[in-house]
Amino acid sequence: MNGTANICNHCRNLIREKITEKGIKMSRHISTGPSSFIPENEILGTMPLSDSTVMFLDEDFSSRMDNLTQVMGLHPHYLQAFLRCHYYLLRMDGPLPLHYRHYIAIMAAARHQCSMLVSHHVQEFEQIGVCSEWLRGLEFCPQRLRKLNEINKILAHRPWLITKQHIKALVKTGEHSWSLAELVHAVVLLTHFHALASFVFGSGVNPDPESTEVNGVTADLCPPAIPGLCTCHLTNSNQANGNSNTGSELEALMERMQRLLVEREDDDASEEEMFTRFEKEKKESLLVVSAGFAEEVVPPSPMIRFVDDPSFGYQDFARHGEDNPPTFKAQDYSWEDHGFSLVNRLYSDIGHLLDDKFRTACDLTYYNMASHEGVDTSMLRRALFNYVHCMYGIRYDDYDYGEVNQLLERSLKVYIKTVTCYPERTTRRMYESYWHQFRHSEKVHVNLLLMEARMQAELLYALRAITHYMT
Amino acid sequence: MQPEVMEKMTRVSAVSGRTMFCLLDAPANAISVCRDATQVVVAGRNIFKIFGLEDEGFVERLNLRVGRKPSLNFSCADVMWHQMEENLLATAATNGAVVTWNLARPCRNKQEQLFTEHKRTVNKVCFHPTEVNMLLSGSQDGFMKCFDLRKKESVSTFSGQSESVRDVQFSMKDYFTFAASFENGNVQLWDIRRPDRYERMFTAHTGPVFCCDWHPEDRGWLATGGRDKMVKVWDMSTTRVKEIYCVQTIASVARVKWRPERRHHLATCSMMVDHNIYVWDVRRPFIPFATFEEHKDVTTGIVWRNQHDPYFLLSGSKDSTLYQHMFKDASRPLERANPEGLSFGLFGDLAFAAKESLMNASPSVGEVGRKTYPGGDRRHPIFFFKKQDVTEQFAQVSSALSVFESDAGTDVNMDWFIKTAQSYLLSGKPFAELCEHNAQVAKRLNRPQESTTWTMLRIMFSEPGNPSLSTNHNLNKSGNLSLVNSFSMKEMSAALNERNKENRQDNLHSLETNLNNNDENEETEGSEGQAEYLFGDAELDDDEMYSMEHDNQAAPEPLQEKPDSPHVSGSEAESLCLTPMESFSLISVSQLLFSPHLPPSFFCPIVKEMLCHYAEQGDVQMAVSVLIVLGDRIRKEIDELMQEHWYMSYIDLLQRFQLWNVSNEVIKLSTCGAIICLNQASTSLHINCSNCKRPMSNKGWICDRCHQCASVCAVCHHVVKGLFVWCQGCSHGGHLEHMMEWLKQSKHCPAGCGHLCEYT
Repeated sequence: MNGTANICNHCRNLIREKITEKGIKMSRHISTGPSSFIPENEILGTMPLSDSTVMFLDEDFSSRMDNLTQVMGLHPHYLQAFLRCHYYLLRMDGPLPLHYRHYIAIMAAARHQCSMLVSHHVQEFEQIGVCSEWLRGLEFCPQRLRKLNEINKILAHRPWLITKQHIKALVKTGEHSWSLAELVHAVVLLTHFHALASFVFGSGVNPDPESTEVNGVTADLCPPAIPGLCTCHLTNSNQANGNSNTGSELEALMERMQRLLVEREDDDASEEEMFTRFEKEKKESLLVVSAGFAEEVVPPSPMIRFVDDPSFGYQDFARHGEDNPPTFKAQDYSWEDHGFSLVNRLYSDIGHLLDDKFRTACDLTYYNMASHEGVDTSMLRRALFNYVHCMYGIRYDDYDYGEVNQLLERSLKVYIKTVTCYPERTTRRMYESYWHQFRHSEKVHVNLLLMEARMQAELLYALRAITHYMT
Repeated sequence: MQPEVMEKMTRVSAVSGRTMFCLLDAPANAISVCRDATQVVVAGRNIFKIFGLEDEGFVERLNLRVGRKPSLNFSCADVMWHQMEENLLATAATNGAVVTWNLARPCRNKQEQLFTEHKRTVNKVCFHPTEVNMLLSGSQDGFMKCFDLRKKESVSTFSGQSESVRDVQFSMKDYFTFAASFENGNVQLWDIRRPDRYERMFTAHTGPVFCCDWHPEDRGWLATGGRDKMVKVWDMSTTRVKEIYCVQTIASVARVKWRPERRHHLATCSMMVDHNIYVWDVRRPFIPFATFEEHKDVTTGIVWRNQHDPYFLLSGSKDSTLYQHMFKDASRPLERANPEGLSFGLFGDLAFAAKESLMNASPSVGEVGRKTYPGGDRRHPIFFFKKQDVTEQFAQVSSALSVFESDAGTDVNMDWFIKTAQSYLLSGKPFAELCEHNAQVAKRLNRPQESTTWTMLRIMFSEPGNPSLSTNHNLNKSGNLSLVNSFSMKEMSAALNERNKENRQDNLHSLETNLNNNDENEETEGSEGQAEYLFGDAELDDDEMYSMEHDNQAAPEPLQEKPDSPHVSGSEAESLCLTPMESFSLISVSQLLFSPHLPPSFFCPIVKEMLCHYAEQGDVQMAVSVLIVLGDRIRKEIDELMQEHWYMSYIDLLQRFQLWNVSNEVIKLSTCGAIICLNQASTSLHINCSNCKRPMSNKGWICDRCHQCASVCAVCHHVVKGLFVWCQGCSHGGHLEHMMEWLKQSKHCPAGCGHLCEYT
């Protein structure tokens, strides 16, 4: 196990208070290896990368593998689809100028206080070498970009609230208006980086050492991380190692999958039943809260300068006693039929790349579950994907949400909810508290699914709003 | 149009009607019509109703959605009315159920059978055209199932290998065959008796194939429509599946339906963005034969009302309306198409095509330099004639093409643009010299107004008393003189030229060499990518240093100017012939002379106005050039977006004239972020090792894998970083200069392979 780790938010708050009280200057700590959740030796040396992937790496990371790529490299097949898309979004021909793209990336990542992504793109932005005064904060960038804040925050935290009015406000003719093509590019960038922030926090990717020592602007963007002070980490690493009663956990899960497969044949649940199952799952997702963060105050991090209205955070889709927004019916607006066509029409070729990425993430399987081989994991994968969509209020008519309940244990649900809805609160304890017997690469696989599901959910809401605007 | 008459005569319509519509309570997903064309069923997520088709309009006959809280089985993705049994319907539900309905049932709930064998949404159901009890379904879960309605379960299951099925269609002619289209772009043909393996498979589209339809008469013709915005017609009757027609539409194709009684017509509607229904003649794939434009949201279902009647089309849409379209009310895009075309060539030529009748009607319009290619002229290679096809209902239009070639030296000629672009200096010299040079260039090209503008700029923005071209005192003098002269427009430039000629002879020479140097730099840089010449920046710095140095000496000079001022005001009359803007700036010049300490920023509003004027006149070249030369002096005055706009247009123009070097220079010298970025997009070159053919992954020149230097020069045996030239015969090569030198002396390859290399 790694000696040091991410500290939980609670501890971080404590430490922050300490710092502010006493003015202690803490040295920046970088735990070794690409991820603070995953031991270094798990990641290194497991990367038979294809030539074309290496080529993209060359482009994108100046022939250095950054931590994010290394962690994602546990799934080389996916990594390739990811990098191709990532590269296309940031470097290739597109409606937006290059520095806009990086700035939008910064804005998106800052919503989740993801210092790693923010500092990386601040660096990239500086390399382009224009408009560097924008890096001083949102008030220094043009009005046009600032107008993007509204949909940035909505997409990041409550995508179901986006309406065609938001799109109209951006697109209507005026001095600072966006063209539809530019807007689509921006939306794809925003969702891509929101989801990427989820992945970064979800797998505990460490900041790249190089990225922190650039210059004034970047250095202060990295939050103070303190080594060895986190008590909860100490307790939970014990738990992870020494728990013996979890041995049956895997078998139980496999058994449940098997049973579901059989039951499915003669399950004649009525429609109301199905409907209530979805509602139940939706409602239950409310209760799945990582305790203790109810009244979290947004920390005065240096990234705040890229954030507008920082108090706007995640709120549950379905809340008791309120008029909930209508459920999004996946059959009425799906990625394959509708989203793709719209995106590809306005920003050519990105549709194919995204399509490829979604497909790769969803179809990726090694037919393994922990120590078992030759397992069909499609049911589990679909449960993960649909659970994320369920939390965002997207419902599939042809899915029995009872399966989610059977397959995903509570600790996993907590993890999923945290990673997708407020990834900045993810802790190592959450990461370790589910699926004790599974390999780290399998947990990264879970993260990939969560990331793609989240991105697709955000995209669907945004694209539906754009479609409504256009018709 | 004649066809209309023809259609009327060939057939008297069995059913009469008009274009009409009715409002539904909810968006429709699919519609289907019963055999005798008197009723239509509409199905959607929240609607399932049957309407009667009357002459006056639609009449609601039956609501099949019963019960207080209707189940998901009512949420239909597709519906089909049986073509033999008029009481029988089938629906595909989004939750994966296949439901059959019997209208003859006495109770309110008409549901007859429920098959819940599919695990995912069912996309399509299809009754067998002649077999009463056979029903086929295709689902998202990748399976197709065949049901016998007399049994409770499916009789056979066909597996599409885990790819989602988007459409299934029984063949109209072959009893046992059905076609299935898939999300991965494939189309499969199955024999209903053999569920183990498909008969045929081919890739029809990139991306999902949303729909397919068998031709009602031609055995083996299948039309498919996909997300790639294409409709393709395949001929399956031969051993090899052949694409015989392809129609490119503007949006993904959601449904396709052959038009009855018209062999080559089919109707399409799209899934996104485009709300119209098109009827195409597949032989004329560029313009739709007819268009129905009534819907306000995407059309989700289309069906021809009667299998033997081509004049009625029914459609349902997301906008919650059900329409009956009459063919005679359709709009015909061809009629609105403009048979005249006009295009400007890059070098001022004008091509004009118009209907032959029009061209012949007005032969009197005699023009100079007109070349006509009448319709019958077959010399020109681009002309071909389509054989007239009687069955084709397209109007034939023939046009005559004329090309007007411009005479050299007329206004349309753009030579001046190219020459100006090539000869203007934008950087690399002190400001005053740049202006002077550009003024000369403009004058040489017979553009006095631009020339004067440059001179003015020099006067306005040079430090007063330091307007000189160099420290040479003589030159200083002549500079001042030219300032005076500039107000007698005509003589000015000539006189200036005379005076300066000798003094500046060598100066000009050095300018030219400098220009050449720049060009060379540009080239090496473009091709090499690694070199880091920063000549623009470096020399700009020089410029600033220069003007800084001379600030101090500037003070006493203006005094000498003062006596001249009366002349200036006197000569104003002459300048009145210029544009108002020009004379305005003249006045301000005379003000400068009276109060020599006016800061250059005083002129900014005027210069800004001037730049806008040029840009509006269409001369962005001038606007951008001045912008670059003035640099910081003016940049802040002008709106960023406006600047960006100018730059973009100028760069675009330069690239059209293939002035790559100039456009690159402009990009480099620009100060707009968005423009500078242009140079940074797609700039990387991937290199493969010449020995092991693998990509070079690290930055050095040694290959990781074979540990040898890649691309070594055959002459000097060093690594070539930059231009590499090689012989196509023996593939040895090296530095461009080395190879040139070597091959001057020897005929053989420097690598010693014995090949006789040629260098041209």
